[in-house]
Amino acid sequence: MQTDKEIIPHLFRTEYSKITAVLAKLFGFEHIEVAEDIASDTFLLAAETWGIKGLPENPVAWLYAVAKNRAKDHLKHRTIFTEKVIGGVKQNSADLYEMEIDLSNKNIVDSQLQMMFAICNPAIPPEAQIGLSLRILCGFGIEEIADAFLSNKETINKRLFRAREKLRKEHVKIEFPAQSEINKRLENVLTTLYLLFNEGYYSLSQNTTLRKGLCLEAMRLNFMLIENKSTNKPAVNALLSLMCFHASRFEARINPEGEIVLYEDQDTTLWDNDLITQGEFYLNKAAEGNEVSKYHLEAAIAYWHTKKSDTIEKWENILQLYNRLLQVEYSPMAALNRTYALSKADGKLIAINEAEKLKLTNNHVYSLLLGYLYTDIDNEKAVAHLKTALKLAKSKTDKTAIEKSIGKIKVLSK
Amino acid sequence: MKEFLLLFRSAPSGEPRPSPEQLQNITKPWQDWMGSMAAQNKLANRGNRLDFEGATVRPGNVVTDGPYAEIKEIMLGYTVVKTDSLAEAVELAKGCPVLNMGGNVEVRGIVEINM
Repeated sequence: MQTDKEIIPHLFRTEYSKITAVLAKLFGFEHIEVAEDIASDTFLLAAETWGIKGLPENPVAWLYAVAKNRAKDHLKHRTIFTEKVIGGVKQNSADLYEMEIDLSNKNIVDSQLQMMFAICNPAIPPEAQIGLSLRILCGFGIEEIADAFLSNKETINKRLFRAREKLRKEHVKIEFPAQSEINKRLENVLTTLYLLFNEGYYSLSQNTTLRKGLCLEAMRLNFMLIENKSTNKPAVNALLSLMCFHASRFEARINPEGEIVLYEDQDTTLWDNDLITQGEFYLNKAAEGNEVSKYHLEAAIAYWHTKKSDTIEKWENILQLYNRLLQVEYSPMAALNRTYALSKADGKLIAINEAEKLKLTNNHVYSLLLGYLYTDIDNEKAVAHLKTALKLAKSKTDKTAIEKSIGKIKVLSK
Repeated sequence: MKEFLLLFRSAPSGEPRPSPEQLQNITKPWQDWMGSMAAQNKLANRGNRLDFEGATVRPGNVVTDGPYAEIKEIMLGYTVVKTDSLAEAVELAKGCPVLNMGGNVEVRGIVEINM
């Protein structure tokens, strides 16, 4: 049984975003802050009232009833304001009392999906899209968002404020894109969900619970797209598959000290087999149709990483998938991972030759890769590269790991 | 950055029906070469492999079947790279698997409209 103290944060997580989405849809995106304020007020009132009187029988219904009343009050005031100040009126105020504020499950889901399309808009920078998603779609507090971005409340508040302004100026609407546009718009949504997941998965934040929360939210939003018929596309399934495979290693890749454990050093008994099975399920779903998105390729790469045995077949497949991924979209990380896979499939000498061509100087992972490749081939060079990596690395965790590698080689060389 | 066309040519292969294993041995070097250029962010357009089926048209309504007539080597395909110099494009061409099949690669700069 949840205690009263636990239930409010829990409900906040699940209900805040629903109330905000439904009200924002009703008021229009230009009044999004009003929707957020009403949702916040509702929870404030709940916290005070429930603290004194105890929990109502149906807390969710209570929240919806309060939110509806506040929304009606707001609309009433807005109508009076419009009538008196601006003149002319669109809605008869009598209608407002009759107006149903629809907090049915269907309207909640629709509103949230439409809100997703409104927020994931390339008119605002990616980190603003992620921030707004966390705030509006996931009900995260400003402090949590600041923590996730290793930033402070003021910066995040400013960023979100500017983002809302920009979306208002662009006349963004909370609605489903036309069927003909859906694939293109979906691309933006998927990019944001992908970044949201990565923010949690690769974040430098030491707060493991928060990081996991980010990943789970990205998966939840992705799942909503799959449950909706018009957005249940192969690439959407591929992205969820990718997230499932990655998330299956969540427990294994961070040790109790909050440090990253490298793939080859992970305790495979900590891998989550249920998530691996789910990942396979969505990967199969993604294979319907002929589309091969970058998410398909990344999911397939992640699939091979769930295989515990270190076979040539596994690495040859990963290598070929990286070959294709790089042709779809270049990224330094993919180039480095491809070279690592090449060393596992074809040997270190071939990989060294390829690595030298990448010339990603100033990237500590590049020096780290060269250090790894030269180990046992030319240990002097290996140490030199690792020392460069040590200089370039920024986080303490990275530096400690690199120092350990240097120590190991020195012992071996003696 | 400038774009260069790499044209691969080779003598017609004597083995018309390779086994699946042979096919894999043929595919991997090509895929790895493409991947290598893409990993250096120098692949502009992976281009196409050309089919053996074709025809050559000459003046006077002369049409000959296939690309084979009168030539010792046939064009296998092309790809487009983007590099700072011809020398760099040549360096990429040196990795082309056609070189291990007795073929050659022609590297040609692509003329840009906006000079």
